[in-house]
Amino acid sequence: MSARNIIIALAVVVLAIAGVLGYMTMNGTPQRADLRIGLVLEPPILDPTAGAATAIDDVVYQNVFEGLTRIDEHGAVQPALATSWEISPDNLIYTFHLAKNVTFHDGTTFDADDVVYSYNRILAADSVNAQKALYAVIASVTAVDPQTVKIVLSAPSGRFLFDAGRGDASIVAPESEPTNDAKPIGTGPFKFIDWQKGANLTLARYDGYWGTKAALGKVTYVFIADGVARTNALLAGDIDGINNTDATSLPVFAKDARFKVLVGSTEGEVILAQNNARPPFDKLQVRQAIAHALNREEIIKGASSGYGVPIGSHFAPHNPYYIDLTGTYPYDPAKAKALLAEAGLPDGFSATIKVPPVPYAQLGAQIIASELAEVGIKLTQVAVDWPQWLGDVFTKGDYDLTIISHSEPFDIGIYADPNYYFHYNDPDFQAIISKLNATTDEAARKELAIAAQKRLAEQAVNGFLFELPKTGVWNAKLEGMWQNEPIEGVVLTGVHWVK
Amino acid sequence: MIWFAVRKFFGFAVTFVVAALVIFAALDLLPGDPARFILGINATPETVAALQHQLGLDLPFWQRFLRWLGGMLVGDFGTSYAQNQPVGALIAGRLAVTLPLTFLAMVLSMLIGLPIGILAARRRGSLADTGLMVLAQFGVAVPNFWFGMLLVLLFSVTLHWLPPGGFIPWGDNPAGALNSLVLPSIALALPQAAILARVMRTALVDVQGSDFIRAARARGLTMSEAVWQHGVRNALLPVLTILGLQFAFLVAGTVIVENVFYLPGLGRLIFDAISARDLVLVRGAIIILVLAVTGTMFLTDLLYGWADPRLRARDAA
Repeated sequence: MSARNIIIALAVVVLAIAGVLGYMTMNGTPQRADLRIGLVLEPPILDPTAGAATAIDDVVYQNVFEGLTRIDEHGAVQPALATSWEISPDNLIYTFHLAKNVTFHDGTTFDADDVVYSYNRILAADSVNAQKALYAVIASVTAVDPQTVKIVLSAPSGRFLFDAGRGDASIVAPESEPTNDAKPIGTGPFKFIDWQKGANLTLARYDGYWGTKAALGKVTYVFIADGVARTNALLAGDIDGINNTDATSLPVFAKDARFKVLVGSTEGEVILAQNNARPPFDKLQVRQAIAHALNREEIIKGASSGYGVPIGSHFAPHNPYYIDLTGTYPYDPAKAKALLAEAGLPDGFSATIKVPPVPYAQLGAQIIASELAEVGIKLTQVAVDWPQWLGDVFTKGDYDLTIISHSEPFDIGIYADPNYYFHYNDPDFQAIISKLNATTDEAARKELAIAAQKRLAEQAVNGFLFELPKTGVWNAKLEGMWQNEPIEGVVLTGVHWVK
Repeated sequence: MIWFAVRKFFGFAVTFVVAALVIFAALDLLPGDPARFILGINATPETVAALQHQLGLDLPFWQRFLRWLGGMLVGDFGTSYAQNQPVGALIAGRLAVTLPLTFLAMVLSMLIGLPIGILAARRRGSLADTGLMVLAQFGVAVPNFWFGMLLVLLFSVTLHWLPPGGFIPWGDNPAGALNSLVLPSIALALPQAAILARVMRTALVDVQGSDFIRAARARGLTMSEAVWQHGVRNALLPVLTILGLQFAFLVAGTVIVENVFYLPGLGRLIFDAISARDLVLVRGAIIILVLAVTGTMFLTDLLYGWADPRLRARDAA
């Protein structure tokens, strides 16, 4: 074989290898632009202003619909459809300047009239907005010009800008509002495409979006209620990720390089709620005894597979106003027994605990029952489903104890309502909250929020257990998901694939 | 035969009407308010009242009942509280999954169960018979959801042959739709096939010892010819009874299997609707199931009449 032939042969081999390699890099890892995401619950409807189901926000919040403001991953208020605003010195008049060139997904333009329409719909007498009470502070909403809206409050409100960023205050168009339940039309980066009831729901990138366009071209939500089925769907690659799944399934994914586990916090304070009006829970010593009898570490381990931050009051640990009060009544069964004796119950007492159908409550109730039994409090566990819980416990207040996560952001104010199902009537606490609501100065608000947390902790109004974790599992090649959940929703704007 | 059919139809109609009454009354007694469920814990009582009015929940019992009954006569099952959609359309969409699933499972269970039963009966006492019946016993004992999970682990997670769940609509891709029903229908069919095999075996063993088989043998037929020409049809009677009952079991079984394979079927619709106190939807779905089950019983009765002339004769007398 001549040298020339060898060189030619070598060249052919090299070219062939290069070609194969080039082909592989071109086609071996094609960049994906679609996402299949698992959801535990299917939304009943898709209008975020007409229902409280969190599954609605999981799909549409900040994806399909936008509000005047929006809440970011850290719980802070950011501009959205209102790109800037001015607040009058008396904190009563908010002037919002709206984004330009905004269109709804059906092509109609967005202007101040849509904002006026959306807000008046929340405030109307026949409104069925689940959070109507939050917006009761609004006195009037007027369009100054197509790009400017003026909202007048009847009293200063420190949380109005936050509330304007909730899914419940999404801006809808009068033309499409009646059909938003089944075919939502918003201004967001994703538009609604298709909903196969019971199976899946598809969104696609809205190319006419006024802001930064979404990286994903198509998003499919797959509804998988069963925990084992969710795990299998992830393992088999039928879905690329899930926003929040059973903490018990995380060890499977933590060891698997194909997945990444994102554990963050939510706004859900898991509490052992007590009927403060019903003896013996009306006695401070009894409530303190229960607080001393609860071992939070053990409860978190059993009810949430060890994920979750212990709390000592009704406040989210990631909030800038948070103060750690878990040491107010540390775990101390002997002290608990002494306090019960002081309250005239040396032999303890019997009570029932109503348990809603969620793992943290079902598992938590068993641990709490055994912990309270150690100090002489015998619990009967009664399983209830959600409608029963809402009817008996929440609406009628007919219960001794229950376990529940309160998932509303910044909801410490519920303790100021003596008719709320805790039946906690404390003028001192009510004074703190009404002052807090009327204060807009940051430093003063923080001080008041801390005072409110301390008061609840000291009064042992409820057993404060832990902050519900958000446990997401995603394909390892996905980036841009929110780790925390400062508000209900699965915001996909920044989600993208990497190589 | 016509008189026989009319009598059976009358029984079917009465059952259906009584069931409708019971369903409405029982669901009305369930605790929990659909309006409160939709609006959640932060809604004010006024907002809840506004929604109750919008949903017609503030009307008295008898008025709501008559509305429902009257609507059903013209095919209107009402509007779902939670989903704000006509119940009839919601249910029809789910039947497109549940009916093919049930049908496939039924066919599969017959294809697997009947030959095994016949084979075991023909080889009674043999090693094959014992082996098959042990297998059948195992099949009866295995819960379908657990078997379904095993199927997913093997065929989806490990081998990637079939989807772990979900459903592709028939209109989009019929092959894909069928693909997504393969594992669930196998999971549903296995326990039923086991029961069928056992019933078929017992029935055929009984028949093999009967006088008419001996008579057929005396006419010169071989045992196989006698069994195939005369025995199997006679042995089918108890099998038909079981098949009719199994339809009801299959429909109930879909609730669990649809959860394991996250299929958008009727079982899951009912499960979710009960959790959300979407009573209009629950009522509509249950009534349709009642219709399906009583309808199948009615058809089974007719088939009986066809398979066994004695029944017709007794009725005519």
